[in-house]
Amino acid sequence: MDISTKKTGAADAPPPTNVPPSPTAEQKRAARAATRPGDRIFLGLSRGSGILLLVIMAAIAVFLAYRAYLAISKDDANFLTTFEWNTGLVPPKFGIAVLAFGTVVSSIIAMVIAVPIAVAIALFITHYAPRKLSGPVAYVVDLLAAVPSIVYGLWGALVLVPYLDGLFGWLNDFFGWTGIFSWDEGAPRSMLTVGILLAIMILPIITNVSREVFRQVPQMHEEAALALGATRWEVVRMAVIPFGRSGVISASMLGLGRALGETMAVATVLSPDFDIHASLLNPGGGTFAQNIASKFNEATEFGRDALIASGLVLFVITLLVNGAARMIIARRKEYSGANA
Amino acid sequence: MSHAATVSDKRPSTLRGASLPKWSPWAIAAGSIVAAVGIGLGAGLDSRVQWGLIAGLLFVFGTYGIAAKVEGRRQAKDRVATSLVWVAFVLAVVPLVSLLWTTIARGVKVLDVYFLTHSMGVVADSEPGGGIYHAIIGSLEQVGLATLIGAPIGILTAIYLVEYGRGGLAKAVTFFVDVMTGIPSIVAGLFILSLMLMFDMQPFGFAGSLALAILMMPVVVRSTEEMLKLVPNELREASLALGVPKWRTILKVVVPTSIGGIITGVMLSIARIAGETAPVLLLVFGNPFINNNPFEGAQASLPLYIYQQYSQSAGSTAAYDRAWAASLTLIAFVMILNMVARGIARWKAPKTGR
Repeated sequence: MDISTKKTGAADAPPPTNVPPSPTAEQKRAARAATRPGDRIFLGLSRGSGILLLVIMAAIAVFLAYRAYLAISKDDANFLTTFEWNTGLVPPKFGIAVLAFGTVVSSIIAMVIAVPIAVAIALFITHYAPRKLSGPVAYVVDLLAAVPSIVYGLWGALVLVPYLDGLFGWLNDFFGWTGIFSWDEGAPRSMLTVGILLAIMILPIITNVSREVFRQVPQMHEEAALALGATRWEVVRMAVIPFGRSGVISASMLGLGRALGETMAVATVLSPDFDIHASLLNPGGGTFAQNIASKFNEATEFGRDALIASGLVLFVITLLVNGAARMIIARRKEYSGANA
Repeated sequence: MSHAATVSDKRPSTLRGASLPKWSPWAIAAGSIVAAVGIGLGAGLDSRVQWGLIAGLLFVFGTYGIAAKVEGRRQAKDRVATSLVWVAFVLAVVPLVSLLWTTIARGVKVLDVYFLTHSMGVVADSEPGGGIYHAIIGSLEQVGLATLIGAPIGILTAIYLVEYGRGGLAKAVTFFVDVMTGIPSIVAGLFILSLMLMFDMQPFGFAGSLALAILMMPVVVRSTEEMLKLVPNELREASLALGVPKWRTILKVVVPTSIGGIITGVMLSIARIAGETAPVLLLVFGNPFINNNPFEGAQASLPLYIYQQYSQSAGSTAAYDRAWAASLTLIAFVMILNMVARGIARWKAPKTGR
């Protein structure tokens, strides 16, 4: 066991370099410390909690994979490429192609809208706002983060959707020829609506992490740039953004992870179907999480297994995205967005 | 020094070149708004959004043009960047204000003592009347049980990471805690669901608590970790030097020093899980009647109530009003929790030594 090294870690002052302590004395002390029942129990409890967390993560993967296996092994169609979700058929046919497409598209829209705005707000808080304003603004962003997602969903469905008629009409008039922005005057409960709502929801996390990074830009860099006669924008472009780039990237990926897994806001706003549409403005499509929430109530046990299988895919995707974001952050230990 | 300063103060204009007066952004803004209204009325555009868009474009180009002429291109770019950053700030405030305003304005319509103390037991979803008592009970029980499970495990894990953790296990725990913060809430729900399918169980409140606890743990770990790291090492060393065992040092010195921050973290995580709908939808199912027992039978919860009032009522105004009122209750709960947590954090901020 490596208890001896752990026990002595922070407690003991480093020994004088010319007189190394004899290993036997060290071992004795460690042994005495380890035999204190209180210490042993406490170490066991706290280490046990840490291990429990790992076990939970492993269990999530294992149980989801097991139920998913039960479902996919009976799937009569290709699980990855089928445009259908009929778990009630004999034999059942279902696939995640539409869900994967919808999840990716809505998240990309959300990122395209949210990242620039979030970075700008982070810059506003750290470099542009008058000092009296930057505190309240940071607070407002925190409030945005605290609003439950279901309330965003309700607001999106009852306030944002009717309001978007105008925007969609305008997009259709001027950009309808691209196909992406053509609109058949249906209710604007489409991928673009979902993307806009998700953008609002992931704005706070991207802003908060970026803000932390921008705060840590060395004062020297900025002052050096200013001393050379740079304007504020040039300071931001040449000193702040290069320093914060990796932080902003990982912040965006944290936001992406959240957008990928968001359930209720999508379920309330989107009017889904099981097809891929070229137009972002016409209703239809679906996401993993939304599909689970809306299909769950009518699902049989087998249907639930199939939904779990789609949930497993979502789990793996978010795991990869978040893991990558954390890897980037871990290279720079000073900040982490976990509690942002 | 002071002499030099007075000299340079006299001649800034020759050193810095021409610059626009301080009031110029406001003047350009006013000018572009007037011009936009003029254009809008003239061209017969009825949408206020279009007016705003025209005004915004006029402002940006106007600023750039005027500043480029007077101050040079670099200064002009700087001014445009400044205005864009301000625009981004306004853009973020608009949805928040709209959301809070709608929730309050529509929520107060039916929010009263009757609403808070009655259930939906004998009220059809499309009818007026009824309340959220059953949902409040369900939420409190589920979140409370989740906190009882999640908070101790989270805090102990953080203690392990900060006070004991060296080596591979600690690194693995740190990494997976980070990854775990990103688990979608619906996946946590599906995990518990797969357990329930295995043991053939019906929905009940405690299942929801388990999923919420999973979502809560990583948040508690991260915030507690940050707080424990702020405790100065001198305190630990002083205690250990007096012969106090390590576990008592942690419990009597380290934790009390950072208790404010730890409580803040726990409360913020409670605020986060109180608004989670997806796991509750899968595991607790919803129930219009009052069910006080979280260990048996379906329960309701506030976020789930909002969702069901919205989705199962086929557009009935009465149901929408109830959904808004429940949203207002939920937001009020979350916000109060947030504010109290921040208050505690400020009040009990750990003294960082130097």
